[in-house]
Amino acid sequence: MTTSGIFQILLYLVVLTLLVKPMGVFMTKVYNGEKTFLDFIFKPIERLIYKLCRIDAAQEMNWKQYGAAMLIFSLVSTIALYFMQRWQFYLPLNPQGLSGVSADSSFNTAVSFVTNTNWQGYGGETTMSYFTQMAGLAIQNFKSAAVGMALAVVFIRGIARFETDNLGNFWVDMTRSILYILVPLSFLAAIFFVSQGMIQNFKPYDTAQTVEGIQQTIAQGPVASQVAIKMLGTNGGGFFNANAAHPFENPTPFSNFIQMLLIFIIPGGFTYMLGRMTKSAGHGWAVYGAMIFLFLVGTFTAYWAESKGNPLYPATVNQQVVGGNFEGKEVRFGVANSALFATITTDASCGAVNSMHDSFTPIGGLVPLTNIMLGEVIFGGVGAGMYGMLVMIILTVFIAGLMVGRTPEYLGKKIEAYDVQMAMLYALIFPLIILGLAAVSAIAPDFGLSSLNNQGAHGLSEILYAFTSGTGNNGSAFAGLNANTLWYNTTLGVAMLVGRFFMIIPMLAIAGNLARKKQIPPSLGTFPVNTPLFAALLVSIVIIVGALTFFPVLSLSPILEHFQMMSGQTF
Amino acid sequence: MPARCAQRILSLYAINIIANECFSLTADWAGTRPAPTKYMKNLITSALMILVFTFALGVIYPLAVWGVSQVVFPYQANGSLIKNANGEIIGSELIGQNFATDNYFHSRPSAAGNGYDAGASGGSNLGPTSQKLIDRIKTDAENLQKENPNQQIPADLVTTSGSGLDPHISPAAAEFQIARVAKARKISEADLQKLVAKFIEGRDFGIFGEPRVNVLKLNLELDKQWSVASVQ
Amino acid sequence: MKKEISIWDQKIIAQALIDSIKKLNPKTMLKNPVMFVVEVGAAFLTLKVLGNIFTGTNGNFGFEIQITLWLWFTVLFANFAEAMAEGRGKAQADTLRKAKTETNAKLLKKDGSTEIVSATKLRKDDVVLVEAGEFIPGDGEVIEGVASVDESAITGESAPVIRESGGDRSAVTGGTKVLSDWIKVRITSNPGETFIDRMIALVEGASRQKTPNEIALNILLAGLTIIFLLAVVTLQPFAIYSNAAQTIFVLISLLVCLIPTTIGGLLSAIGIAGMDRLVQHNVLAMSGRAVEAAGDVNTLLLDKTGTITLGNRQASEFIPLKGVDEKLLADAAQLSSLADETPEGRSIVILAKERYGLRGREVHELATHTEFVPFTANTRMSGINLDNREIRKGAVDAIEKYVANVNGYKPSPELREIVEKIAKAGGTPLVVADGRKPLGVIYLKDIVKGGMRERFKQLRQMGIKTVMITGDNPLTAASIAQEAGVDDFLAEAKPEDKMALIKREQAEGKLVAMTGDGTNDAPALAQADVGVAMNTGTQAAKEAGNMVDLDSDPTKLIEVVEIGKQLLMTRGALTTFSIANDVAKYFAIIPAMFAATFPVLNALNIMALKTPQSAILSAVIFNALVIIGLIPLALRGVKYRALSASSLLQRNLLIYGLGGIIAPFIGIKIIDVIITALGLA
Repeated sequence: MTTSGIFQILLYLVVLTLLVKPMGVFMTKVYNGEKTFLDFIFKPIERLIYKLCRIDAAQEMNWKQYGAAMLIFSLVSTIALYFMQRWQFYLPLNPQGLSGVSADSSFNTAVSFVTNTNWQGYGGETTMSYFTQMAGLAIQNFKSAAVGMALAVVFIRGIARFETDNLGNFWVDMTRSILYILVPLSFLAAIFFVSQGMIQNFKPYDTAQTVEGIQQTIAQGPVASQVAIKMLGTNGGGFFNANAAHPFENPTPFSNFIQMLLIFIIPGGFTYMLGRMTKSAGHGWAVYGAMIFLFLVGTFTAYWAESKGNPLYPATVNQQVVGGNFEGKEVRFGVANSALFATITTDASCGAVNSMHDSFTPIGGLVPLTNIMLGEVIFGGVGAGMYGMLVMIILTVFIAGLMVGRTPEYLGKKIEAYDVQMAMLYALIFPLIILGLAAVSAIAPDFGLSSLNNQGAHGLSEILYAFTSGTGNNGSAFAGLNANTLWYNTTLGVAMLVGRFFMIIPMLAIAGNLARKKQIPPSLGTFPVNTPLFAALLVSIVIIVGALTFFPVLSLSPILEHFQMMSGQTF
Repeated sequence: MPARCAQRILSLYAINIIANECFSLTADWAGTRPAPTKYMKNLITSALMILVFTFALGVIYPLAVWGVSQVVFPYQANGSLIKNANGEIIGSELIGQNFATDNYFHSRPSAAGNGYDAGASGGSNLGPTSQKLIDRIKTDAENLQKENPNQQIPADLVTTSGSGLDPHISPAAAEFQIARVAKARKISEADLQKLVAKFIEGRDFGIFGEPRVNVLKLNLELDKQWSVASVQ
Repeated sequence: MKKEISIWDQKIIAQALIDSIKKLNPKTMLKNPVMFVVEVGAAFLTLKVLGNIFTGTNGNFGFEIQITLWLWFTVLFANFAEAMAEGRGKAQADTLRKAKTETNAKLLKKDGSTEIVSATKLRKDDVVLVEAGEFIPGDGEVIEGVASVDESAITGESAPVIRESGGDRSAVTGGTKVLSDWIKVRITSNPGETFIDRMIALVEGASRQKTPNEIALNILLAGLTIIFLLAVVTLQPFAIYSNAAQTIFVLISLLVCLIPTTIGGLLSAIGIAGMDRLVQHNVLAMSGRAVEAAGDVNTLLLDKTGTITLGNRQASEFIPLKGVDEKLLADAAQLSSLADETPEGRSIVILAKERYGLRGREVHELATHTEFVPFTANTRMSGINLDNREIRKGAVDAIEKYVANVNGYKPSPELREIVEKIAKAGGTPLVVADGRKPLGVIYLKDIVKGGMRERFKQLRQMGIKTVMITGDNPLTAASIAQEAGVDDFLAEAKPEDKMALIKREQAEGKLVAMTGDGTNDAPALAQADVGVAMNTGTQAAKEAGNMVDLDSDPTKLIEVVEIGKQLLMTRGALTTFSIANDVAKYFAIIPAMFAATFPVLNALNIMALKTPQSAILSAVIFNALVIIGLIPLALRGVKYRALSASSLLQRNLLIYGLGGIIAPFIGIKIIDVIITALGLA
C-alpha cells in the first residue's frame, strides 16, 4: 500500500461525504414535489409527459397499487427490450450489420437490464447495434434506476408517514427521478467524460494501420451518453466488453474518480434524505456511517490483499514496482484505484469494472463477492441499496431492540410480527437463490462445470460469483466463467428476476404496513437509531445475517484458495 | 409448526396480493369491495411511458450529448485518433497497440482477441492460482530476463491488462526496455533515457491514478527522432 | 403464599426431569420450530447409528454415537428449561390451589330460605350467605352486611380486612374466610372461571398464549433456521465439488450448532418465568400480553394518596397570629390533640414536643374537669374543655363560625392570609382557637413517601412519564407534584377526567398504565393499556383491569413495569447471545470439516482444537450445555437497571453481544481439552 494510494481512497471519502448533504436535500425536494432550481426546464416537460401518458399526478397509490404499476411497467419493458434485440438487424443505426441476438441471450440481457443488473453474457462491441445500445440498453439504465429510486422513496415514505395507505404515485416518482436527478447529472457527466477522451459518435468501426503495419479495428459508438447513466444508475452494463477498464469507457484516472463518485452519489444522497424525510438527521448519518465503515473495511482489505501481490510469480518479476498483483489491471489506474473501484462497484449494485475481479488475489476477490453477499446494502444500488439497508435496519431494531426492555420501535413505529416476517422473507430469498443454483451448477459436469475457465477453489468462486452477482443485481463477474450458455443464461435470468422482484414485494409490504402504523412519541426509553452504537450494531447485523449464511461455502472457495496460494499450490 | 410457519409465510407472501392488484382477479384483500381494474390502465400507461422515454432518453439525450461533444471536443469524441501525414489512421492515443520488434517499446501482453484487438476487448480472467497464468508469466519472464538480465522485470510487462487495450506501461517498464531498444536502434541509452523521462505522465493533477508512459506516443516520437529506416 | 422458590428446589427439578422426557413427543415439539429441527436431526442420526450397528459398516462408532447422544441432550435440556419454568409456576399454583378447598355454600333461595350446595355448583348471580368461620365459596360482591375477612390465603397478609356492601370494599375472593359477622355475597363468576382458576392456568402455562413479541421472535428464529438449513444443505454439493464430501453426522452437527438453539430452547421458559415473577410480587395478570404491554408503558397514572404520599398528613409547623406567642399556640395545639388518636393528631403532639419541649401531659393533672370534644361532621372541629377553657382546632371556616357566634369576632385578614399560604404550598391549615380566640394555624403537610423522588427519576430516565392524580386543588397538587418529582399532575380529578387523560395520551400513541379500586375507576381501568386493580377494590374494578394486585399496593405499578421490561430484555439478550455464538462455532467446525482434504485450512482452527472430531463434538457439547447454563438466567431474567435506552443497549450489547462472541471460544476450547483428556475423541 502506498501513501498515494491511501490518499486517493481517503480523498474519495471526503469528496463523497461533502456531496451527501446537498444531494440529499435536493432529492428530498424532488420527491416531496417541492420547487427546485431545475423547474424552469423540466417542469413543462414533466407536465407534458403526464399529459401524453394520461397520468393523474395527484393520485396517490397504496403499496399494492404501487407494486402492481411497477411490475407491469417492468414486464412491458422486458418484452420491448427482448424484441428490440431479436430484431436489431431490421432496426436503424446498425453500421456493423450485426444480426439479431439469440433467444436465450436476449432473454438474459432483457431481464438483466430491466432488473438493473446489467449482467452481460455477451461482448458489447461484437453483439449489440448502436440502436440497441442507445434506445434499448441505455434507456433501460434510466428506467431501472428510476424504478429502484422510486421504491426506496416509497420505503422512506412508509417510515415517515403515519396512519395512511398513501405512498405516492409510481409514475410520478419515476418521472421525477429521471427528469430532475438522472438526466441532468448524466448529461453533465457525459460531456465531462468526452473531454477526458471518451467517445460519442455514430461512426462505423475505424480500421487503423498500426505502427508495425498490422490492421487494428477500433470500435466506436455513442459511449459517453451510456456510460454516464450506467455509473449514476448503478447499472454497470458496459458499452464494451471490458467495461470501465476499456480506455474509451474510462480514459483517465480523473474520469475514473468521477465515475466512482457517480456510483455512490445517489445512494449516499438517499441516506441523508432518509434522515431528512423522517426528521431524524442523526439517523441518516448513522446509516451513512455504518455504510462508510463497511466500505472502508472492504476497500482496505482488498487494497491490502492486492498490494501484497501474488506469491506464485517467479522471483524475477517485481510486483511492488507497479504496486502489487497486476494481472487484469490497467497501468493508469494502478492497484489502489482498482481495489477501490472493485469495492465500490460491488458495494453498490453497479457491476461496472475497471479491472478484472477474476484475476484478483483470493482475498482481493473475496471482498467484491462478500460485498454482494451482504445484500449490497453498503450504499447499494440506487434505491435498492437503501431499501435493502432499511430491511436490515428493521431486523437490527427487532433483534437488539428487545434488549432495551420495550417492544422494538423504529422511528416511532412498533416493529411487529408482520414486519419481521416480511423482512425474514426478504433475507431468505437471497441465499436461497444463490446457494441453490450455485450448488446445482457445482455438481453438474455437463452444463455447470463445463463453463469454467479455472479449476479448483477458484472455479467454485467463479460459479458462486455469477449467481451472487445475478441475484444481487450487480452484474460484475468473475468473467472467466463462460456464462453465455443455455443453462447460465436461463438460470441467471431467473436469479436476476427473483433477486429483484421477489425481494421488492416483501419490502413493499413492509413499507405499506409501516405507513399504517400510529406514531409513538420518542422518549428516553426509545431504542436510539441515531448513535454510533446503533451504526455499530447495524454493521454487525449486516455481517452476521449476510456472512454467516455464506461463510461455509466461502471457506471452500476464496478462503481456501488464499491458503492454497500462500502454500504455493496451482491448479 | 415449521410446516405451519412455512405455510403462513407462503400464504401471506405478498405476490398473491400484488397479482390480485395487477389482474383484479379477486376482491381486495381486506375483502371490502372488488378493486377497480388496474391491469389495462397500468398496461397502457406503461406502454406510453416506454414510448415517451425511449424517444426522450434513447434519441434526444444521446443526440444532445453527441451534438455538444462533437462541437466542443470533436477530437476526443471521435476516438482521439492519430493519423499519419497522409491522413491514414495509425491508431488511437487511448488504445494500445502490439509492438513485437526490438525497435520499439513493447506494450503489455494483451488478452483482447489475438492481442490488442480493439473490437474485442477483455482480460485473461485467469485466477491467481491458475497454472496457465503462472506458466505464461514464467515463460514471459524468462524471455524478458534474457534482454535485461540484471534487472527485475516490472510486473506490468508480464501481466495482461483488464481491457487488453492498455495504452500505457509503467515508467519502470519503459526503463526496463531502454537497453533493448537502444541496442536495436543503435542509439545511446542516455538519449533514450531522456526521451522516456519526457514521456512519463504523472498522476492527474498530481493526485489521481499512477504515473505512466503512453507506448504509442513514445514509439512515434522514437521514429520521429531516430527513424528505423536510417538504422536499418 | 410462599414468595420465593429456589431455583434448585429438589422436587421441582425431579419433576422437570421427567417432564422433559415427556415433552419429546413430536407433537409437543412442533410448537418450537428450532428445537423440532434438532429433534428430527437427532432421530435421523439415531436411525443411522442403529443401521450402522446392524450392517456393521462403520469404524467411527464412538464419535457418531456421542454426537447423536448430545443432540438428544440438546433437545432434553431445552425441554428441561421449559419444564423447570412450568414446575415453578405449578408450585405457585399449588399454594393457590390450597385456597380452593372444596367448600359448601349456603345458597339463598328466592323465598329467603337457604340450601346447602357444593361450591362447584354455584353459578353467576347466585346469592350465598356466609357466616363467621365459613369460607367464601366463590368470587363475588357483598350485597348485604359487613364482615371481617381473613384473606391471607390469597395475599399472605394475616391482618383481617373489612368487607361491606356498597362502596369500594365490596369484592370478596373465593377461598377466603369470614372471621366475624355475616355477609350476603352475589357470585360473579362461574366455576372454573374464578380468579384463582385463571391464575393457576396462567402460571402453569396451560393457557399461556404467545405474546405479540414472542410471535415475532418465533418468526425470526424460524426464518434463521430455514436460512441455516439452506446453508448446510447446499454445502454438501460444494463439498463434493471440492472432493471433500461430508458425513451426515457432521452436517447435522453443523446445522444444530448454527440454528439459534439457545434462544429457541429457552424462549418459552422466559415467558413462563416472567408470569411467575409477577405472581411472586403478588400480582395476577390476566394475560401475557398485559405483562409485555407493561414493559412498553409510556405514562404512569398514579393516585396521590397511598401511592405518592403517605395516606395521612403530618404537622410540620405552628404559625401564630400577630401578638401570640408561638409556644402558646403549640401548647394549645398539643392540648387539643392529646386525645386525638388520628395520625394527624398524634403528629401535632409530637411536633410540639420536639420543637418546644412540651411533653404530653396527663390531662387530669391540668384541670379537675376535663372533657374531650371529638370531631363531628356537624361542627367539623375537635378539641378539649379544661374547666372553663375551650380549646378547639379545625378548618378555618368552622373555627370562624365558632368564634363569631360568641363574641362578635370579625374575620381577621391575617388569619385568612396564613391559611391561604399554607394551602398554596400544598398543605392543610388547621386553625387553633383558645377561649374562642384564634391563636394561629397548624401547618399539616402531605408527606411524600421515602424514595419516591428517586424512583420517579429512574422512570424518567427510562422515558416513562408519571402523572399524579389527586382530588386536591391545583395549587396543592402542584406543590406536592413538585416535591415528589412527578412530571405532571391532574388536580381536582373526577373519574371522567382520568378517562379523558388516558384517551389523550393514547391518541398520541402512548401506552398508559394506572391503578384503581373503585367502581368509578372501572372504565378508566378498562381503557388503560395496563390497568392494575387493587384486590380490596370492587369486583367491577377487578373485572375491568388486566391485572390485580393482591397486596393492594398502588406503588406496585412501578414494579409491574419493571417486570415487563425485564421480560423483554431477557428475550432480546438471549437472542443476541445465541446469534453471536455462531461465530465461534464456525471457527470450530468449518476447519474440522475440510482440514482432512485441505490441510491448509487448519489455519482457520484458531482455537487449536485437537482433532476434527473433538472440534465438532466440543461445539455440539457446548451448544447443549449453554442451554443448561443459561436456565437460571432465563428463569430469573437479566438484571434490571433503570437506565436510558442508550445505556441499557450499550450495557446489554457488551455483555450478551460481545460476551456471546467470546464465551463460546473459551467454552469450546475447554470442552475440547476435557474430552481429549478423557479420550472421548
